[in-house]
Amino acid sequence: MLGFTLKRLLGAIPTLFIIVTLSFFLIRTAPGGPFDKERSVPPEVAANLNAVYHLDEPLWMQYGRYLGDVIQGDFGPSFQYRDFTVTELIFRGFPVSLTLGGSAIFLALIIGTTLGTLAALKQNSKLDYAVMATAMTGITIPNFVMAPLLTLVFGVYLRWLPVGGWEQGWDQVVLPVIALALPQIAYIARLTRGSMIEVLRSNFVRTARAKGIPERIMITRHALKAGILPVVSYLGPASAAVITGSVVIEQIFSIPGIGRYFVQGALNRDYTLVMGVVIFYGSLIILFNLLVDLVYGLLDPKVRMQ
Amino acid sequence: MSTILDVQGLTTVFKTHDGDVKAVNDLSFSIRAGEALGVVGESGSGKSQTFLAIMGLLASNGYSTGSAKLKGQELIGLSTRELNKVRGLKMSMIFQDPMTSLNPYMRISKQLSEVLVQHKGMSEKEARAKALDMLDLVRIPEARKRFDMYPHEFSGGMRQRVMIAMALLCEPELLIADEPTTALDVTVQAQILDLLGDLKREMNTAIVMITHDLGVVAGICDHVQVMYAGRIIESAPVNDLFGNPQHPYTAGLLASSPRLDVVNGDEKLVTIAGQPPNLQRLPAGCSFAPRCPHAFDRCRAELPLLRKTEDGTAEDTHVKACHLEDHKGLAA
Repeated sequence: MLGFTLKRLLGAIPTLFIIVTLSFFLIRTAPGGPFDKERSVPPEVAANLNAVYHLDEPLWMQYGRYLGDVIQGDFGPSFQYRDFTVTELIFRGFPVSLTLGGSAIFLALIIGTTLGTLAALKQNSKLDYAVMATAMTGITIPNFVMAPLLTLVFGVYLRWLPVGGWEQGWDQVVLPVIALALPQIAYIARLTRGSMIEVLRSNFVRTARAKGIPERIMITRHALKAGILPVVSYLGPASAAVITGSVVIEQIFSIPGIGRYFVQGALNRDYTLVMGVVIFYGSLIILFNLLVDLVYGLLDPKVRMQ
Repeated sequence: MSTILDVQGLTTVFKTHDGDVKAVNDLSFSIRAGEALGVVGESGSGKSQTFLAIMGLLASNGYSTGSAKLKGQELIGLSTRELNKVRGLKMSMIFQDPMTSLNPYMRISKQLSEVLVQHKGMSEKEARAKALDMLDLVRIPEARKRFDMYPHEFSGGMRQRVMIAMALLCEPELLIADEPTTALDVTVQAQILDLLGDLKREMNTAIVMITHDLGVVAGICDHVQVMYAGRIIESAPVNDLFGNPQHPYTAGLLASSPRLDVVNGDEKLVTIAGQPPNLQRLPAGCSFAPRCPHAFDRCRAELPLLRKTEDGTAEDTHVKACHLEDHKGLAA
């Protein structure tokens, strides 16, 4: 287990290297720069600024310098938020994004697996069709449509919940978490239904029934563990989806998470901030996929052996 | 000897897109305490579905009518909740494929002990101790060492032993074995059959052996019933059936089992010509008539009912569903 984890962590280094390299050159090929404002600064000031931030050096030298800094864990100062380093900004935004994303995944897991299991148990019933139709809708509506719709209905018309903000009350969390979780609920419900239908027809479930194990215990103890395996594997991609989804959601609901820094950083050509967030997200997704594999091993004894 | 299972007019129907399929058709039979009943027939003859119906394990599109009483308690039409008080406690079933019949995600120990916790209200610790004893009883070598392993760490034969142990934990009155050796190597088959034979003697459990292997029947069963197209077509004590088959289908089955001691001229396997009938469109008369070399007009018009044959001894009766006169030497 420990050996496996170490091996996977070492394997992440080349991946991260590719992420750093690609995103460095991609953001630099975008037209404009961090100090291009509507009101242009005098050329000598611009030259000074470029010199301070080494923007006057050839690109490959800047790349080498950046790579060296990143290896030492230094993401440099933000171009836009001059008083903060990128690391400080990320750690200020991360708890917010983590709360948002974590709650959304948690909600999606609970509701998604429950709905999926119920649909599988009552296969081809009205409940099944209702769950599946809703899930299909949930998957097809992108969250940049869903979020404003939710805001409009529950925030503006019904006035039940605030339309944005953070840290001024629990109720501000509700709409963004739901908006972020909905497509995941839908996907997890479909995934669970499919695998539970198969599991409920499997021989070992027949054995459990033949043993006289009550239906409820049979489902929770025998069937669900097998039925949930595809959902666990999906949690890796799901974490990526929630991270990219939260970029949009944080913008719409004015939530001070990393996603907003990402959008703002990209618009302002805040090179170091964008790079920092990309590397951070990349590491997070790698870490999450590793966690998923470890959990998978815990659930499936056959995987654990290998 | 007292009757353990009494089945009267059991009929099992599956609803499909092409109409209803009658897998089991008005079946009546009984099993006495300590008896081993062999149920023989080819695929689709309804031999497994009969007992899945009795266990309440039919696929969701199937239902059954008629009566099946386990020591006087009616099982057909029982709710799942009520059935769960009987299954695993008074009757158990083991299945054809031991590779997939155990839960791959749960330790063997837990899969065994949960039965005792459920039915006997034992504590986890008591249940584990009893479960371990049972693994010893089914002759799993080094049972203590293997107790907390997962199914994939066991061979096919050992998994079937675990299944048998699991079925016998509560010392049921009736053990239904649905082709328990079909998926196993020949040498392992023999071991499992020996084990079942020994357990039957030691625990006095009635056993139903569902199989298409007549060798299995000969080795372990007291009585045999042959099924065809959802009906019993012949039923007899095992020696009578093998020595003097009265139904042309039984005779055909016996003739088509390959034998090493008899070399027939051209070394070809004997087969019964034709196919089993479509269960959705059963013929009006005898279901076997279209394949029967002895069929005459009455066979195609009138369904033959089970009747005693002349060869029936006083205690055990030999019955057949056939219009043919009783005669010796049908097998030849």
